[in-house]
Parts: sequence; C-alpha cells; structure tokens
Amino acid sequence: MTTPEKPTIQRIATALYRRPRLRLALLLGVPLLWMVGVYGGSIASLLVQSFFKLDSFSGTVDRSLTLDTWRDLFTGANMSVAARTIGMAASVTIASVVIAFPLAYYMARYASRRTKAVLVMAVLVPLWSSYLVRVYSWKLILSADGIVSWFFGRLGLSGLLDAILGLPGIGGPSLSVSFLGQFLVFVYIWLPYMVLPIQAALERVPRSFLEASADLGARPATTFRKVAWPLAIPGVAAGSIFTFSLTLGDYIIPTVIGDSSPFIGLAIYSYQGVAGNLPLAAAFAFVPIAVMGLYLVGAKRLGAFEAL
Amino acid sequence: MASAVLFDNVSKHFAEVVAVDGVDLTIEDGEFFSMLGPSGSGKTTCLRMIAGFERPTSGRLLLRGTDVSGLPPYDRDVNTVFQDYALFPHMTVAENVGYGLMVRKVGQAERRNRVDEALALVHLETLGNRRPAQLSGGQRQRVALARALVNRPSVLLLDEPLGALDLKLRQEMQIELKALQREVGITFIYVTHDQEEALTMSDRLAVFNHGRVEQIGTPADVYESPRNAFVAGFVGVSNVVESAMAARLRGAPEPFTVRPEKITLSDRTVEPPDGTVSVEGTVIEATYLGMYSRYRVDVDGAVLLVASQNLDVDHSEVGAIRGKRVRLFWSERSCRPLAEAADDEKGPRPLTRLGS
Repeated sequence: MTTPEKPTIQRIATALYRRPRLRLALLLGVPLLWMVGVYGGSIASLLVQSFFKLDSFSGTVDRSLTLDTWRDLFTGANMSVAARTIGMAASVTIASVVIAFPLAYYMARYASRRTKAVLVMAVLVPLWSSYLVRVYSWKLILSADGIVSWFFGRLGLSGLLDAILGLPGIGGPSLSVSFLGQFLVFVYIWLPYMVLPIQAALERVPRSFLEASADLGARPATTFRKVAWPLAIPGVAAGSIFTFSLTLGDYIIPTVIGDSSPFIGLAIYSYQGVAGNLPLAAAFAFVPIAVMGLYLVGAKRLGAFEAL
Repeated sequence: MASAVLFDNVSKHFAEVVAVDGVDLTIEDGEFFSMLGPSGSGKTTCLRMIAGFERPTSGRLLLRGTDVSGLPPYDRDVNTVFQDYALFPHMTVAENVGYGLMVRKVGQAERRNRVDEALALVHLETLGNRRPAQLSGGQRQRVALARALVNRPSVLLLDEPLGALDLKLRQEMQIELKALQREVGITFIYVTHDQEEALTMSDRLAVFNHGRVEQIGTPADVYESPRNAFVAGFVGVSNVVESAMAARLRGAPEPFTVRPEKITLSDRTVEPPDGTVSVEGTVIEATYLGMYSRYRVDVDGAVLLVASQNLDVDHSEVGAIRGKRVRLFWSERSCRPLAEAADDEKGPRPLTRLGS
C-alpha cells in the first residue's frame, strides 16, 4: 500500500517538530541579526572610530590607532559637559520618581478599572503628538511673556519668579532660557516612561502584603517604607533607566530650551557635524553608555532587581 | 474577663451587596473557633472585620470588651495568617517573622530570641536565612504562622490557611495547628469552607450562610443535631426527611435528618429490630470506596443516601447490590428533628431530600 503524499505544510510542521535547533534558529534569526549585526555592529564601529584621530591641519581622519582622541575627551570642557548632562539626567530622574510614584500608586491601588484606563490614556496620549511640537510649545509656555510668567503675575508672585530666575546656576533671563526651564521640559517629556513601569510593579504587589504589614503593627508610613517601596523598586529602576538614558542622549531640548550650554548629545552633534571630528564624537558617545553601565551595576548592587 | 471577640448585631454592606447580615457571636478566650461556610457566606468578611481590614456598616465589634469598630489594623491586638501567606518576598524568613517586632521597636537581642523561639515552634529553626521563594508551600505556611504568633496576639486569625496545601500535608497541619493552639493558649479563629477541617480542630464552630450565622456549637452538636436543612447538608452529608414522609415513617409530621452512616442496609427479608425506623427501597447506585461503600437508594421516588462500612462484603458484592430491593433501618435516636423549617430560597440544598 502506498502512503498518500502529505500536504506540504504538514511536512514542514513535522520537519520542524523533529529539529528543535532549526525551530530555535527560525525564532531568533531575525532578532539576532538585527541586535547583533546591525546594532552591535554599529557600536563596534563606533568604538573603532574612537581610536582614530582627526588631523587638525588637513581636517581628515587619520586611520591609525591612537589614544589621542580619548585624551582629548578627558579635558575640562568636555568633562563639564558630561557632568552637566549627568546632573540633569539624575535630577530629572529623581523628580520623575517623586511625581510618578503617587500617581502610579493611585492607579495600581485605588483607581477603578475605568478611572485606571482613563489615567493610562492621559499618561500616554502626549506621546502621540510630535516630540518637537511639544518642546516648542514649552518654549512658548516658559517664555518671558508666556503663560507661566502671566500666571505668576496674576497671583502677584512675579517677585518670587524673578527671585528663582535670579538663582545662580539654574536661573536665567526667563524660564525658557534657564537650566530650570530645561529641567521642567525634560521632566514633562519623560514622565510617562516613569509612571507606567512603577504602576506595573505596584500592580504585582498583592493587597495582602500591605494588609499583612498593617496587621503586624506597621503604620502606613512604615508599610510604605518597608513593603510598598522596596517592591516597587524594580519598576522605579526600569523607569529610571528610561528617564536617565533618554535625558543623557537628548539634544533637542538643550537646543530649543535653555541658555545653549552644551549637553552630551549636543556636543556629539556639533563634533561630528560642524567640527567634522568623527573620532571625538564617537568617543563622546561612549560616555552615556559607560554611565548607564555603571548606573545599572550600581542599581544591581543595591538590590534593585532582587524583587524581580 | 471579657470574651476574646464579640459581634453585636454586626452588618457589612459592599455597595448593594449585604456580605454580613446582623451577626451576633461570642468567642471565648483560648478557644479554637471555626467559621464554616460556603464562599460568599460572610465568614471571611467577619474575619477581616476582626483584623480591621473592613469596618462594620452597623453594629459593634468588641475585642476583650473594648469596642474596636473604629480602630485601624495596626492598633489591634490580633494577627492574621493569610490565605496566600502574604510573606514579604524581599525579606528573609527571619526578617519576615521579626517584622511585627521590628515595627514595634522591640530591641535587637530580644527580637532575635523571639524570632528563634517562634521558628522553633513551627520546626523551621534552620531556615531563617532563606527567602520565601526558596520554601515549599508547607514551609511558607509555617513561616506565616510564626510571623503572626511571634507578636503574642490575644487572637490569631486564620483565613483558610491550609487551602493551598495538598491533602496529606493538610491533614498533618490540622493536627499540628490544634496542638500548637493548645501549647500557646491563644484564641484561634479559623475560617474554612472545609467541614472536615472545622470538625477536626474546633472547640466550637459557627456555620455561616448568606451573611448570617445558622448555628453555633461544638462540632459534635452541629454534626449530630443540625438546626436546619442547610447545616445538615453543609456539615457532612445528610438525608433530610420532610414532613409528609416523616409522618408516614414515624407517625409525626416533624421533619428530621438522618446521617448516611446511621442507616443499616440489609436484605429486605430481615426483620428490623425494635426501636428502629424502617423503610424499603431499590438501590440505584452502589459505589465501592475502599473503607466503606456508598449507596443511593430510591424510596418511593425520593433518594436516601446510605454509607456502610465494608465489614463483610467485598468489591464485587457491593457492585451486585445495584438494582436490588433492600430494607433500610435506623435507630429512632438517629432521627434528628430540625428546629427550623427548610428554607428553600437561601443557599444550596442539602444533598438529599426525602418526601415531598
């Protein structure tokens, strides 16, 4: 008796069933090609670039390996750019946690399903409009004759605003050209990336954990410190990776808002564009990568991922 | 001394739903008290009101004579063992057990001693440094117990604590819990839907249904003399004989219950002894269960359940009984009058029902 020919699709399915390695290759092939090939490859080429050097006379890249570019990176001016950027990223992250946590807590613990859906939408909807449009709108909001100054004026608090703007370091002629203004816009732009991970982490904390803490004699503040906060830390860590790294790499906000003192992103932009110093731009690009690496190691050391 | 817990006409409403409906209950100091009932019967809500997680809508709740209706959980001298244990995953076993002492600012040295003591009480002295995730279900259960007991509460609340364990472990823990309660002398209030658990461990129990207490008594009381058809059917299995049939069998129309194990099943030619109630029927189902067999017997259109120890019959003989005409009889004193008429509209019916 001859067996009837099986349909092709069934033969493929059987072949895949018998060859688990082939199955794995099909599953991971494209993502691996993308992540390792395209993404990893670019970073590797960046790393190689950083060991080349710009010939300052001819303006061409000298392709012999040298550490000169890295030496140039660690000069005072570049390091102060890095420090300013890292300081901004850290303060934006902390402010985002402070604003996002209560909202996320409310969404996870108290909001009805309906309210929660509305709040998630409210957090997400700003991401649907162009980032550039939102940044430029903030320039208007924060400008000297913008709504914020107007509002302070109506409240009779113009003096207070001026006093704040008079503070050295963070102040300026108006909010839109101050470090403080930059900070406000950064927090606004990246806040959704902090709210959602914290909310997700808090959703996974069963109500009974908080009840157990109260049952064992802990007042709400203690329950927060000892139970809710430690269990939310993986979410805070995830959110802070977003806010921190996005602030580190951003170059649009420092261009549009603030007193045009450079940030890392801006420095990279000008080194590779205006100055044509691709090697230095490449080396600079490793600063945020290194900072993020250190940040993650530090977070792990502090046990941020233990509750995962 | 005042009672450990007193419910004085306590009700709890969740929006439109009446979860607890005018419960009066007194639980004495040092008792092992069970709240038994199907899900949604209000037993867990009562427990949560004692703990302070819910506030009564009306009525008074007293702990050792003090009205605690307005007190938050952290100001009450009670501790809870949660159904899901609620162990803090980011703390070690010892930190979990010591949590109550830590938040109450008990000194380090005393804290360590009492944690060790509590872990020894539940036979986990060597596992203090583990994380909850590294423990088995039974071990987590013990940690939850130790964490509650270490605070020496006046009342320990247990919310179906054995529900997640397998049968054998559950039976071991039942015995152990009872022994533990005798040892520490703390009032235990135990919520369960498992009648066997309640019968095994309790000094007294309350049967809940639809937010009300149907009956309170010792396990023997409740089992032997159920007050109504619901209790008869929920605590164990029972045959409820309703008035028409009761009148025919005993000459009095009062409904009564009779437990399946009290009924003797015999050949229909056998003459029933004096002082028994007797009836003929047809076996419609015979199930061999090892230690005993269960028969469903049709008596004039109603079904009577009989449980009979396999003293002198084997598996094939049990099977052969099906379809036979048999005589059933039981002692007069096994007929337990129901104090309350069957209340058809509320709750699940008892398993079987005789008469019309």
